[in-house]
Amino acid sequence: MKELILNVPAMLTLTVGTYLLGVYCKNKSGISLLHPFIICIPIIIALLKVMDISADEYMEHNQIIIFLQGPSVVALGLSIYDNLETIKKKMAAILSAVIVGSIVGVVSVYVLCGILNLGPIFDRSLESKSLTTPIAMDLTKTLEGNISLTAISVVLCGFIGAVIGPIMWRLFKFDHPVAKGLAMGCASHGLGTTRAIEEGALEGAVSGLSIALMGIATALVIPLFNALIR
Amino acid sequence: MTIVKGICIILGFLALGEAASLLINHLIPGSVLGMILLFLALVGKIINPESIRTVANFLTKNMAIFFLPAFMGIMDQWGLISLNLGGWLIVMFASTIAVFFTSGWVAKTIIRFNERREKK
Repeated sequence: MKELILNVPAMLTLTVGTYLLGVYCKNKSGISLLHPFIICIPIIIALLKVMDISADEYMEHNQIIIFLQGPSVVALGLSIYDNLETIKKKMAAILSAVIVGSIVGVVSVYVLCGILNLGPIFDRSLESKSLTTPIAMDLTKTLEGNISLTAISVVLCGFIGAVIGPIMWRLFKFDHPVAKGLAMGCASHGLGTTRAIEEGALEGAVSGLSIALMGIATALVIPLFNALIR
Repeated sequence: MTIVKGICIILGFLALGEAASLLINHLIPGSVLGMILLFLALVGKIINPESIRTVANFLTKNMAIFFLPAFMGIMDQWGLISLNLGGWLIVMFASTIAVFFTSGWVAKTIIRFNERREKK
């Protein structure tokens, strides 16, 4: 039974198919909070359990889809180019927000893990959670944290932004497209950016740009912070 | 043919980014360097934006799917996470909201300040 299911086309269909189902449920229900992932993650996990397929086997057969993360980040270069004029004018705001965001991201994880007594492995694996997966995993490696824990935390972090980000835009009265895009990109990297793109081209471009800037800023903040604290 | 050309250009810039990343000891990942290099090539008019638009739009509009498989790693890490599930979730939510709020607030405040100054 397992041999019939555990092959690349079947595993890819499972990923893309459940995602489409998630998008369908979201559109049909009209609930904007219902991120497609809320539907597809439990379905995929349940199906893998039933078919006795491990997470490693599943991810190995989905390499093509995982690989496309790279080209999709590269493609954001075009969104930034398209919105260059606005971005240039707001450069001071963008850079300040990214610097503050990267410091808050690292310090808040360190402080919260300390208060909740979660131990060093959580602290080290979560400090880079607001970054795009490859940067986050590299930073966790240098901190000797748990790379898999980082990978899940990165996706959850993106998911949190994509789902409750639009509520926070309204709650905190972020009405300027640059402020909206920055908040999303700084907190929730690529997944947040997908939601920002839905909101508008400028929101998407600024969010995409902040993925790169956050990555660079946090890569500098983490070693500095750890040199000071540890 | 435009699609093939777009794929080729974007993959090429990812490859360039990966090579550059290797040269700087992986300080910044290849995809992010590729994005910066593509942006510079567009500004420098080396690449025509229309030649990559179809493919780039496909990739950026569907980015969420590419992140989906990685989440299944939760199945392997469940042992570690379930011991500290509440704590993990609190840190994740609180810290993400904190970054969202502070970065957006700083941007909003500076933009408002500059707009007021321009009006005067």
